[in-house]
Amino acid sequence: MATTTIKRTKFKLTPEQLLDIFYWLKLIRAFDLRLSILVKQGKVRSGVYTGIGQEAIIVGTCFALRKEDFICPLHRDLGSFLMKGVEPRAMMSQMFGKATGLSKGRDSALHSGVNELGIFGNTSMLGANLPVAAGLGLTFKMEKTDNVVVAYFGEGASNTGDFHEALNFAGVQRLPIVFVCENNLYAYSVPVEKSMAIDDVADRAASYGFDGVSINGNDVLAVYQSTQGALARARNGEGPTLIECKTYRWHGHSEHDKAFYRTDEELAMWKSRDPIPTFTTYLQARNVLGADKLKEIENRVTSTIDDAVEFAMNAPDPKPEDAVADLYA
Amino acid sequence: MPKEVTYLEAIREALVEEMRRDPKVFVLGEDVGEYGGAFGVTQGLFEEFGESRVVDTPISESAIVGISIGASLRGYRPVAEMQFADFISCGFDQISNQAATLRYRYGGRASVPIVVRAPSGGNVGGGLYHSQNPEAWFIHRPGLKVVAPSTPYDAKGLLKAAIRDDNPVVYFEHKYLYRRTKGAVPEGEDIVPIGVAATRREGDDITLLTYGAMVQPSLEAADRLSKDGVEVEVIDLRTLSPFDKTAILRSVEKTNRAMIVHEDVKTLGIGAELSAVIMEEKFDALDAPVMRVTYPDTHCPFSNVLEAFNLPDADKITAALRKLAEY
Repeated sequence: MATTTIKRTKFKLTPEQLLDIFYWLKLIRAFDLRLSILVKQGKVRSGVYTGIGQEAIIVGTCFALRKEDFICPLHRDLGSFLMKGVEPRAMMSQMFGKATGLSKGRDSALHSGVNELGIFGNTSMLGANLPVAAGLGLTFKMEKTDNVVVAYFGEGASNTGDFHEALNFAGVQRLPIVFVCENNLYAYSVPVEKSMAIDDVADRAASYGFDGVSINGNDVLAVYQSTQGALARARNGEGPTLIECKTYRWHGHSEHDKAFYRTDEELAMWKSRDPIPTFTTYLQARNVLGADKLKEIENRVTSTIDDAVEFAMNAPDPKPEDAVADLYA
Repeated sequence: MPKEVTYLEAIREALVEEMRRDPKVFVLGEDVGEYGGAFGVTQGLFEEFGESRVVDTPISESAIVGISIGASLRGYRPVAEMQFADFISCGFDQISNQAATLRYRYGGRASVPIVVRAPSGGNVGGGLYHSQNPEAWFIHRPGLKVVAPSTPYDAKGLLKAAIRDDNPVVYFEHKYLYRRTKGAVPEGEDIVPIGVAATRREGDDITLLTYGAMVQPSLEAADRLSKDGVEVEVIDLRTLSPFDKTAILRSVEKTNRAMIVHEDVKTLGIGAELSAVIMEEKFDALDAPVMRVTYPDTHCPFSNVLEAFNLPDADKITAALRKLAEY
């Protein structure tokens, strides 16, 4: 088990902030669930890799960020785009391949980014976002700012050469980067024990000269607090941290994958650890979330998604000749 | 008066002048720091600009390119050094999938102004992994620009253009030319625009398209043909992607015969593409098939006997030109 040297600084959250966290959890879950339905209806062609069950990681990390911080999400982290400021309409358009999407129909999924919002869009080569994160972090170090890069990857991507090259360089240069591993136990169909001879991805940080910590990725407040601790270190010039968030993806690798490689019992056990009811109970026990507030948030989530879907479905397709545009500046 | 410098010194001058001009330009790569680079190209940079702008990296070609891409997204203009062009395959995914596609998949809202310097080419006893000419891989990938200077003047001017270009540029610098080629290089703002070829020798009878270390043997062969009364127009492509179609077709229109000479292997080298374009667009002007003199489809061997067998030289080019002239 990885050593936990990181301080889980107790960051006090106001009731309003707690409700914001709740809203994001609900919105991101609903967004992915709607996409799943749209794929089954044939309205979205493909490119849907949901993060259902893993939302606490995105919400807990992104909620701790500043506007100037940069994120390098992985393919399930659609919610991070929303939390960093991409409009739901634009995000839904992206998934529909419409002209109003981030890539104007050139690609779906999360293969597009927005520099102005501090969002990097990766390719399909998992782990290839990590060297880019190192480059972004290097510029923050050059400028002597205290901005931070948060780079996400799965336990599967931690087996790539890019993972090693990027974390090694980040360690040598003491770059302001928080590496967040979303360990959902499966790289597509391959279980973690068949792809790694160690239990915790967090242990890998030791070979790069910085700390790794393994936490419950389904506990949004644990993720938030660990992130705040790692961010504080990075902002203070103390270099990178690896936070491994243990979690589970409820759906298949993509919406076309029936995930026969795992048992119903295992899925049921992880569904009982759903991050959202856990947090709901927490809020209700502290009288932060009353019945009216709950209904209000749920209505807001539904209307936001409905509006985004309607917008995207009615949005224009790209011009055919745009297939050969925007190759060069 | 412009001073005479070597091809290698010209590359260094471009780096130094661009780094002085623009604080966003920095270099990174293996041994580029205090050591000054495996070939000495970055000598003196560390002392002048310090470790934050002359970044020694671990042996991590993929990260070198990925880091460059990340920095470019924040307005920097990194110049990444691959120690040998042969090693660029280790950074291939970041160049080919990450850098080349980024603007396209970002809906035209971002660009990747990076330069990847790749010391390429044989005739230096480098063997299989220190002699390669992998330019065709990158010419084949939309979203990239590829340049390959043959003179100190172009080495400097094209590197400056590459650094100022908003797209990813792969810059092939030929190792054989590093210290063997000297030439006049003016100080300051002499930019060689990307995409523009240079006519090194005018002639009415044959168009010879080439670049890099093949320019000199091509000129030598052209001089020999001149004694036979055949005037060869030698065009130095300088930029391989996008190549200067206008200059190429204009020359073929005049000469009605075309030959391509390159050190890269034959199959699907740039010669194949140039030949296809000439035939598509100037078929009626041709009096003979387009011919090629290239490396054979094999690896770069270590023995000088073996390597000499493979390398195009003035004799091989002369023989091919005679064949083309007589066709």
